[in-house]
Amino acid sequence: MHMQFVQNVPFFSIMLCMICGIVSAMLPSRVAKWVTVALGGIVAALNLWLTFFLAGYGQSYVYLMGHFPAPWGNEIRAGILESVLAVCFSVILMLSMLGGMSKFEEQVHHGKQNLVCVMLDLVLAAMMAMLYTNDLFTGYVFIEIMTLAACALIMSRQNGRTLVSAIRYMIMSLLGSGLTLLGITMTYNVTGHLLMENIQETFAKLHATGQYQLPITVIVGLFFVGLGIKSALYPFHTWLPDAYGYSTPTASAVLSSIISKAYIFLLIKIFYRVIGIQIVMENQVLTLAFAFGIVGMMMGSIDAIFSHDLRRMVAFSSVAQIGYIYAGLGLGVHVGYAAAIFHMVMHAFAKSALFMSASALADASGNSKRFSDLRGAGFRHPAAGVCFTIASMSLVGVPVLGGFVAKMYLSDAAITAGGARMWIMLAALAVSTLLNVLYLMKTVVTLYRPAREGFSAPAVKRSWRTEIALWGFVAANVLVGLLADPLMQAIRSGLVMFD
Amino acid sequence: MLTVIMEHLEELVAVLLFAIGFTTLLLNRNIIKKIIGFNIMDTAIYLFLTSVGYIEGRTAPILVDGITDASHYINPIPSGLVLTGIVVSVSVSALMLSLTVRLYRRYHTLNIDHITMLMKGEDD
Repeated sequence: MHMQFVQNVPFFSIMLCMICGIVSAMLPSRVAKWVTVALGGIVAALNLWLTFFLAGYGQSYVYLMGHFPAPWGNEIRAGILESVLAVCFSVILMLSMLGGMSKFEEQVHHGKQNLVCVMLDLVLAAMMAMLYTNDLFTGYVFIEIMTLAACALIMSRQNGRTLVSAIRYMIMSLLGSGLTLLGITMTYNVTGHLLMENIQETFAKLHATGQYQLPITVIVGLFFVGLGIKSALYPFHTWLPDAYGYSTPTASAVLSSIISKAYIFLLIKIFYRVIGIQIVMENQVLTLAFAFGIVGMMMGSIDAIFSHDLRRMVAFSSVAQIGYIYAGLGLGVHVGYAAAIFHMVMHAFAKSALFMSASALADASGNSKRFSDLRGAGFRHPAAGVCFTIASMSLVGVPVLGGFVAKMYLSDAAITAGGARMWIMLAALAVSTLLNVLYLMKTVVTLYRPAREGFSAPAVKRSWRTEIALWGFVAANVLVGLLADPLMQAIRSGLVMFD
Repeated sequence: MLTVIMEHLEELVAVLLFAIGFTTLLLNRNIIKKIIGFNIMDTAIYLFLTSVGYIEGRTAPILVDGITDASHYINPIPSGLVLTGIVVSVSVSALMLSLTVRLYRRYHTLNIDHITMLMKGEDD
């Protein structure tokens, strides 16, 4: 078929983000902030266009970078799953920047605000590249770009906590990158290719003849542990609460919703497109992913219940939600992967909404993070109250909202998987939903109780940018629930295109 | 056994170095030593890549004397990957070192446990 203009969108998205990043380094900060917001909007619109094209086109396509065809050149590949995720993540970036802008001006050193915008642009560039690249090593380079940008984002608000969590994040992340790079190196040694299709073909041949079984298991393990560490899977999450809890709201939202999800998506892509999902599903490494995921689901929620600070609670809840995603991957069935990706999208929208509204609610309570001071905050800042409530309800799994649909698909996948995994997954889902209710709904009730006696609420500085973003998040979270069917359809056909 | 070791000497050394670097980065409490460990770990991967990318008796793929037969040259991609990897690890090291400077100015120690303790005492 003749190349159509819309097929340039993946390449344009990556380049646009890079160019905005370079230009923002020289722009005054008040312009750079709006450039980042506009970038999120434009990339979202472009990818929406591509999504409609791909829905009609019905298959994925490959886009040559440079003039060398496979197996030599570098390629971009776009399917409907990638374009849908690109829309979701760029909308989240736009809303997070818009909503966090007034806090951003307060908390980030004045001369460095535009540099933080550069980092946000780079995060989006890396996200787009990880979504669309068809080359394993390009994936690695953008993993590192994202790590560096994430580290700078954690430090965007400078205090002791963020500095220490930045170095702890870097240490953990570098261990993860090292293992991933070793995995890529071994993959290249075994197969002699870097383009995903070529590697997969070779792996399939080796698998059929039974050669290199041990190296292939080691490779699957390296990718899983490496990218698992980077996406804050349960035992590797120690840096997370401080990083998410003490940085700017924009940084927390982007870190939890975009950056950790990028690594998970890359892992899924490697499973499907590099190693071949059949080989992965026969592998014992998935049991490990399942076990880590289940433990994370429990421990994250328990930590969240015992945290005394609103934003740390929201941060610990991320650990639990990442656990859900890995447990879904570990089920070892195709529907489990679709459910995990749906959960990833739902959680991305809900968690960024929670971080944004938690910061507004804390502001409306004299910047106190104590739960008793939060009483009545839902009345003092209505938009933030509604946003927090909707996002919490989604995470808990109130019907119609996205979280309910995600949990339904995860249980469905568990039943498809059958056996011991089914019972463990269903029990874990039930228990962790109860735990979610315990801490999230308790907070929602606190928000709408009359204020503590003798508590004088500070005057709230209303910022129209925050209001718009909060309502935007409310709409996005409701839409994920309402559009669950077409979204799931796109994810399923995207996964089929992966093969 | 010995012949296997001799045949794969570079790879064995690389794996050993990777393990040393990895454990140093993970377990050593001194931030500077952690950074050194990170560099050892990455260098091990470069050694691994270069050693499998090099075939004895062949040369870099630059046309000299008009020899176009591919069996005369090595595959340039592993060397290219090593170069890219070096660029990445240099920038990561630079960022880590600048973070370390920040932390040292604030807490006057390089031990990550002490730093964490001092940080917790700061605001609680």
